[in-house]
Amino acid sequence: MTSADTVLAIHSVTKSYGSRRVLDELSFRVLGGRLTGFVGRNGAGKTTAMRVILGVLAADSGHVTLDGEALNIETRRRFGYMPEERGLYPKMRVLEQIVYLGRLHGMTATAARTSGRSLLTRLGLGERLNDTVQSLSLGNQQRAQIAAALVHSPAVLVLDEPFSGLDPLAVDTVVSVLSEFAAGGAPVIFSSHQLDIVERLCDDLVVIADGQIRASGSRNALRAEHGGLRFELALDGSGLDWLAAVPGVSDLERIAPECDAPSSTAHVVFAVDSAATSQLVLREALTRGEVTRFLRHQPTLAQIFREVIR
Amino acid sequence: MTETGRLTTGAPTTTPLAALSVTQTIRLVAQREVLTRLRSKSFLISTGVLMLIVLASIIVGALVSSNAELPKVAVQRSVTNALPKIVGFDLQYIDTLVEAERLVRSGAVEAAVVSNSTVSKLGITVIALREVDPAVVAAVSLAPDVRILTPETTNPFLAYLVALGFGVVFFLSTLTFGSTIAQSVVEEKQTRIVEILLATISARLLLAGKVIGNSLLAFGQVALIATLTSLGLLITGQHAILGDIGPSILWFIVFFVFGFVLLAALFAAAASLVSRQEDVGSVTSPVTTLVMAPYVAVIFFHDNPVVLAVMSYVPFSAPVGMPMRLFLGTAQWWEPLISLVILLASTAAVVGLGARIYSNALLRMGARVKLSEALARPATFRSAAQSPAQAIAHSTARSAARLDK
Repeated sequence: MTSADTVLAIHSVTKSYGSRRVLDELSFRVLGGRLTGFVGRNGAGKTTAMRVILGVLAADSGHVTLDGEALNIETRRRFGYMPEERGLYPKMRVLEQIVYLGRLHGMTATAARTSGRSLLTRLGLGERLNDTVQSLSLGNQQRAQIAAALVHSPAVLVLDEPFSGLDPLAVDTVVSVLSEFAAGGAPVIFSSHQLDIVERLCDDLVVIADGQIRASGSRNALRAEHGGLRFELALDGSGLDWLAAVPGVSDLERIAPECDAPSSTAHVVFAVDSAATSQLVLREALTRGEVTRFLRHQPTLAQIFREVIR
Repeated sequence: MTETGRLTTGAPTTTPLAALSVTQTIRLVAQREVLTRLRSKSFLISTGVLMLIVLASIIVGALVSSNAELPKVAVQRSVTNALPKIVGFDLQYIDTLVEAERLVRSGAVEAAVVSNSTVSKLGITVIALREVDPAVVAAVSLAPDVRILTPETTNPFLAYLVALGFGVVFFLSTLTFGSTIAQSVVEEKQTRIVEILLATISARLLLAGKVIGNSLLAFGQVALIATLTSLGLLITGQHAILGDIGPSILWFIVFFVFGFVLLAALFAAAASLVSRQEDVGSVTSPVTTLVMAPYVAVIFFHDNPVVLAVMSYVPFSAPVGMPMRLFLGTAQWWEPLISLVILLASTAAVVGLGARIYSNALLRMGARVKLSEALARPATFRSAAQSPAQAIAHSTARSAARLDK
């Protein structure tokens, strides 16, 4: 990240619907030039937070800034937004619709046309530019929707569940378009239920539960921070029953041995209280058989997620 | 790889976005409304059919009136010399009495005027089959000089036709474009594109664009009908009628312009209360009634000066009532001006109210929004996009409260 990259910051945003507090002192930052994944369970407040960022919804308190400056309707006009509830004019032609939205954002007709055409082509809709939106499949409508959010090269991109309804190939296309866009320096935040995609794609993560930020930061930092010190061990020998008795070892979890491993192989993941304990386990294992695998276990995003929202 | 180049210019510093002025925004929205409509086949076909009906009714009217005004009458040549001024009839000259009777019996003429009467001092006889057209008798009679003190200036049948014409055109155009704007509002709500739109422009500008776009189409249609009517009257040689009706048509257009904007704002506001096309009909039915009322009233009461006078000042019916009175010659020159001022003031008030309902109800999905709730929130925003936002908050708060019970 260079100093020229933009930072979108959410400062203590609170929002209640009646007596129900949907966003509770929400604060996080979305850094320019990186993809930020916004994950949380249904009803955690993701969509509300995004609507507040876009100004479609007003916060009860708190504010949103871009490079330190509070947002107004003019700065927000330069945002790109893909709402969770998808919608384009069904009877309008695809390209024309994208051009229309581009122009509402302040583009000239020519610029909007050029940009819309290249984006749609990029997203695989090059053959369908003059078809009506309603004649497109749902997946293709989704791509058009992404083009609608990107047509004006937004200063900030906010996407609510951009991958839902896309087949794996379409996901790859969209991922590459988004990564490329983020590389230009704009902050990009998207919510998703598909943790595997978020894990693969995101540089940064924000985890929200019950309207509160439970974790945020770079993916690697979160991995290091959460999931504790866990190791994976595969031992071809006399079994692993001894492991539970080693002081400092806990949370033993047996894993099915790999298909090509001999039937005498046992495979576990376990937590240790310190690095020294792990070395102790390794030495002990070496005396009991052939260690085919011993490594620091990286928690998956799903594991971190379960841990932080608990 | 130009597209890659474009994508990577996403940094805000290089984004070439100009600030859109209010007019530019409204123009963009209005332009989309107009283009969408002009491209719709059903719209073009229905407009075409409407124009054909207008043209046909003028031509048929011309044919009917020319037939009605000129009954066929046979005249013996010898009479013609005696009474040279039998006018207003389709005359057929004959020589003999036998011939006259034959023509009357066969129905080829309504009556025959022949000489050789011993009874009448005029020395002529009018022969008819069963009863005689008084006009024929009058034409060949000596009549005293008649002076009517308060002459009836307008043919009552023509007055009825004109009333029907204004009523139908107002009703059809307003209903067509009113429903169009209502459907377009709900389409945006139903497809949720409204969320993208409101993240970009304010609800008021969106409404203004929609009302202006559809109003332009409605004016276009009414102007086209007026032009066609005038041309039709000219071509069919009904100059006299055109002279009578022309000024009231011009007034009709002026009143229609503002009257339609008023109704369009009402249609948009009503439609913004619901989220599905299926509900548009029921939610706009009060507005539809407002549109139908002047149409029904002018047809039933076109000869009732009191009702017409009231109609010509009530904002919803003035576009029909005032031109009608001007046509009948029962309105003073200043009356349309006062009525126009009333209409302008009501239009401004209704548009303001409509904009508030629209802004407040636009993002509230699901069940029909109660009118009182859409009106309740004062339209004071810090930024234009925040008012609808408050509306969502409000609605969600309500549903949350309902869940709690």
